[in-house]
Amino acid sequence: MIRIAVASGKGGTGKTFVATNIFNTLVKRNIKCLLIDCDAEAPNSVAFFNAELSGRHEVTQQVPVIDTDKCTYCGRCREYCVYNAIFILPSVRMIKVIEDLCHGCGACTVACRDGAITEKASSLGSVFPFTRNGDLQIIEARMDAGVMSPVKVIKSAIGQISNHYDIVILDAPPGTSCPFIQTVAAADYTILVTEPTPFGLSDLRQSAGTLRIMNKQFGAIINRAGTGNREVYQYLENEKIPLLLEIPFKKEIAEAYSVGRLVSDSDPFFAEQLAGLAENIIEKYGNSNHQR
Amino acid sequence: MEIAIISGKGGTGKSSLSAAFATAGNEIVLADCDVDAANLYLIFNPVNEDEQVYIAGHKAIIDYDLCSGCRYCVDFCRFDAIGVANDKVVIDEISCDGCFLCSRICPENAISMIPNDKSRMFSGSFRKGKMVYGRLAPGEENSGKLVNMVREKARMISSENNLDIILLDGPAGIGCPVISTITGADRVILVTEPTVSGLSDMQRAVDVVLKFGRKPSVIVNKADINEQMTGKIIEWCHENNIGIAGILPFEKKIAEAMIRGLSIIEYEPECSVSIEIRKIWNNIIKSN
Repeated sequence: MIRIAVASGKGGTGKTFVATNIFNTLVKRNIKCLLIDCDAEAPNSVAFFNAELSGRHEVTQQVPVIDTDKCTYCGRCREYCVYNAIFILPSVRMIKVIEDLCHGCGACTVACRDGAITEKASSLGSVFPFTRNGDLQIIEARMDAGVMSPVKVIKSAIGQISNHYDIVILDAPPGTSCPFIQTVAAADYTILVTEPTPFGLSDLRQSAGTLRIMNKQFGAIINRAGTGNREVYQYLENEKIPLLLEIPFKKEIAEAYSVGRLVSDSDPFFAEQLAGLAENIIEKYGNSNHQR
Repeated sequence: MEIAIISGKGGTGKSSLSAAFATAGNEIVLADCDVDAANLYLIFNPVNEDEQVYIAGHKAIIDYDLCSGCRYCVDFCRFDAIGVANDKVVIDEISCDGCFLCSRICPENAISMIPNDKSRMFSGSFRKGKMVYGRLAPGEENSGKLVNMVREKARMISSENNLDIILLDGPAGIGCPVISTITGADRVILVTEPTVSGLSDMQRAVDVVLKFGRKPSVIVNKADINEQMTGKIIEWCHENNIGIAGILPFEKKIAEAMIRGLSIIEYEPECSVSIEIRKIWNNIIKSN
């Protein structure tokens, strides 16, 4: 099995477009393939497929509940909490947990010497499995609105991968911080989707830099080729980052995407390109035994 | 007056539009809150006048001279960040949340916490006023706090320089840095596009904005890419009592302007999109 993440520093470069079309192409070629939408803040992949929701796995974290009868307002819990999630005013015997700031680390529970802290589960989001023709093919990570970080939901979705598949495609969240890192850390290879604009280049630099620090293998796809300028090409060449594919800017592609249609269904040449690209990656990086 | 621009979905044109707004009227304070992928400095080339270190949390490290290998810390870590490899206790940097718990409970005092101190906040001047932006070092986390720091600095600069308007260019998504961008902002503008993803991401972003006690208004960008979907978005906004701040067509010149380091308003001040953007901006700053 090989895990391929499709990522981009900048949002809206066509990450989901590439991930859904590669997945679609491979499934049509009878390859056992799983698509995981790790963009838990804005998951969209499922909308491109006829897939049946088949269950729900709730992702929670433990947050403290304080028993004010037992609490002595000593302040140790607040001292232990690096997230400032505990507010305490001993003079008026007031203590409050700010659940939005809590990371569920459990330090306050350890800190309390009066047995005043118990914990309850608080929802962060859900992992939704989707089947097609009875086969589990798509997993969606979806963070609840108002939750601060999608990391736990993403981890939980990635944790559902079984050995049943030849290829797992991870549609990564944008940016280069924790949500992105969690996703690419679980991948054997990362495809960075960029566009030939100054914004695209700046964000590509940031994500390529992060992947280099992490010692990860990656290559780039330039989307909307033909617009913008040549600086991204120059950068890839200088940095010796393989250019895996160029996708030309076409109005038909934008239109198909806008209504939730897959271009690889109507454009056999594009499908052929994607299949070839996946094949090359598998050939080069597919035999590493998976550790993480 | 603080005006936050967010989008839910990435790539809807949020930053290009922020650049246009920044150049549409009087001088302002421009705060780039997209600290993961700060881009506005590319257009505005600000002259930096101040640089501050931002501590993006901490990471645990083990001193193996002191570690007895008791594994006491392994059970306490809720982030699955401590494991055992080759009989040695090891910390997985990627999973470590920096909560300090392991360092507090270690019987040998073998774990210390080191700060992530490679992120920076810059502030200075650009051609239409003052600018503040954060740069999160690759792999560093806690961008919500950096956003707060950027906003605080922007407010300070705003009062020092008598620049009344602070424009906040927010990040994509609906998580912590977005929440930090909209909390307490006077106006929240949500830029979307007429695609299946644009609609669903906008709905989730509206949810979050309402949850944090703000009322967003929506700009549909690139509206002519799919007019039917644009209609759907407008209808949904009406049904949910969300105001429409403007509707803009797809304009190739916006990308051309960007490559030249200009906003569309500077590049083609009299084109129809520029005229429309100025109108939208004037409505936004008047309606307070």
